[in-house]
Amino acid sequence: MKPIIEIQNVFKSYRRDSLEIPVLRDISLTVPEGEFLALMGPSGSGKTTLLNLIAGIDKPNKGKIFVDGTDVTSLGESALAKWRARHVGFIFQFYNLIPVLTAYENVELPLTLTSLSKKERREHVEAVLKLVGLGDRMHHYPKQLSGGQEQRVAIARALVTDPTILVADEPTGDLDKYSAEEVLTLLARLNQEYRKTIVMVTHDPRAAEKAHTVRHLEKGELQ
Amino acid sequence: MRVLKFMLRNTLRHKLRTALTILGISIAVVAFTFLRTVVTAWYAGVEASSPNRLITRNAVSFIFPLPLSYRDKIAQIPGVETVSFMNWFQGVYIDKNQFFPRMAVDAETALRIYPEFLVPQDQLEAFRKERNACVVGADLAQQYNFKLGDVIPIEGDIYPGRWEFVVRAIYQPRDKTVDGTQMWFHWQYLDERLKQEAPARAGYVGWYIIRISNPTDAARISEEVDALFKNSRAETKTETEAAFQESFIQGTSLIIQLLNFLSFVIIGIIMLVLGNTMIMSARERTKEYAVLKTIGFSGGTLAAIIAGESIMISIIGAVVGLFLAYPVVDLFALMVPKSWFPIFFIEPITIVLAGMSALLVGVIAAFFPVQRAVRTSIVDGLRFVG
Repeated sequence: MKPIIEIQNVFKSYRRDSLEIPVLRDISLTVPEGEFLALMGPSGSGKTTLLNLIAGIDKPNKGKIFVDGTDVTSLGESALAKWRARHVGFIFQFYNLIPVLTAYENVELPLTLTSLSKKERREHVEAVLKLVGLGDRMHHYPKQLSGGQEQRVAIARALVTDPTILVADEPTGDLDKYSAEEVLTLLARLNQEYRKTIVMVTHDPRAAEKAHTVRHLEKGELQ
Repeated sequence: MRVLKFMLRNTLRHKLRTALTILGISIAVVAFTFLRTVVTAWYAGVEASSPNRLITRNAVSFIFPLPLSYRDKIAQIPGVETVSFMNWFQGVYIDKNQFFPRMAVDAETALRIYPEFLVPQDQLEAFRKERNACVVGADLAQQYNFKLGDVIPIEGDIYPGRWEFVVRAIYQPRDKTVDGTQMWFHWQYLDERLKQEAPARAGYVGWYIIRISNPTDAARISEEVDALFKNSRAETKTETEAAFQESFIQGTSLIIQLLNFLSFVIIGIIMLVLGNTMIMSARERTKEYAVLKTIGFSGGTLAAIIAGESIMISIIGAVVGLFLAYPVVDLFALMVPKSWFPIFFIEPITIVLAGMSALLVGVIAAFFPVQRAVRTSIVDGLRFVG
């Protein structure tokens, strides 16, 4: 299987005043296309930081990250924004939907950055909302939806541009058991039926069970 | 879903806050427009001045007269078309609070030299024929319900005695910038009575109005007029009509400057009100901006969304304010005697200035929120707890 994500000797640290806090140390990882990878580890182990680096919303201090052949560490802010729009679908723990937009409009947001016509955008949004089982909730605002439904809208938003990779940061962290199961089943389905490459950070062992591969991070190092 | 729709939804996110901000801007725009209108009204005489009219007055002071004999000498200067003259009559009509300009004018030339005072031909002839006839402005006629044939009794002060003038003509101001509250009567009527009652004061005029063929000759003709009467017992000072009008308001220039300053202080207040709203809004949405950036929105698009919202609020405030300003200005004009501010209306330039200021305020108020949204990293934005 062709590697879709290649992480080569990545180091990342943060500065707190004059203090340098190392978060990731010499991480190297290859994720093949169509993989469903779960990153696990205790709080502060660097899982979210690694996910952010893969998604191109943060940059390493050292090392290279290739996604589908593109060295994302070499891209400038503007190019990186365009790259994310095209290649990354991000699912957040707290859904992060825009409260003044309906489910339909939230999902449509990433498509406004493309050259698709209004009709084409509608077709994409309706298709993806039906796929996540919310075809009948398109015109509801986030506050009118349950947590599980909100997360499914967020998944639809991440999916609507048909990105190269889906990254999910604790996607079930804020959900009850039933909703969490629904969301995980949906992610597994996207991986199996639509061959979506998914990198998921989770604390939850039941969530990790849905993944093909589970990697553990401990104090910034991959085990 | 377009950016504009998104901006509009954001604007309506906190309806009360947005409404109060818009109300604040509207009130400030009303105050700004009102103050600018007062300033403009103050300068109305200067603005309405004609470039081809010169005023010759006594060099010592405006209150000292000039001999009538100067008229023919001035008329000889090349480039002079017509020479007319006036006296400030003043007097009391009903009581001292009923103020309007009352002037003794040369009936033959005055209305020719002031073509912005439109008088029907038959009324003009009636005015010229009768020695104690007068012409009044349409606004004045409306204010005191003067009709043709009415007699206006005036108790003289500068020129003592009881005077009566018959309304024989009513002039219409050519446009909104022309004073419609004046009353003119025959200088000859004044002079004849002075010859009988105060002969030493007869044969003098207050100032000369010189119509010149070419405004570019104004400096030369002014110099030539003043040179003619140099070392005479009544030396002259000749200047353009605009300069002459300006000399009247010079004494109040500090007040005008203060009003001008206040109008711009108001703009500063709008900026603070809107800036505060925008900073609060942008701070609350720090996480959302980080999400938008994660999705792929560029810093420029974010800046447009924030600035657009700020501009939208300020423009709505300005439009509401301007709509409110008209009745406020009209009400003020109704409440004060017309003769206080004969020309009192919102000029197009004031509307443009208010609109431009609102636009500028919208852009500046968005500056810090935009800077914050663009500069905050996605990671910090996503971690933000408001």
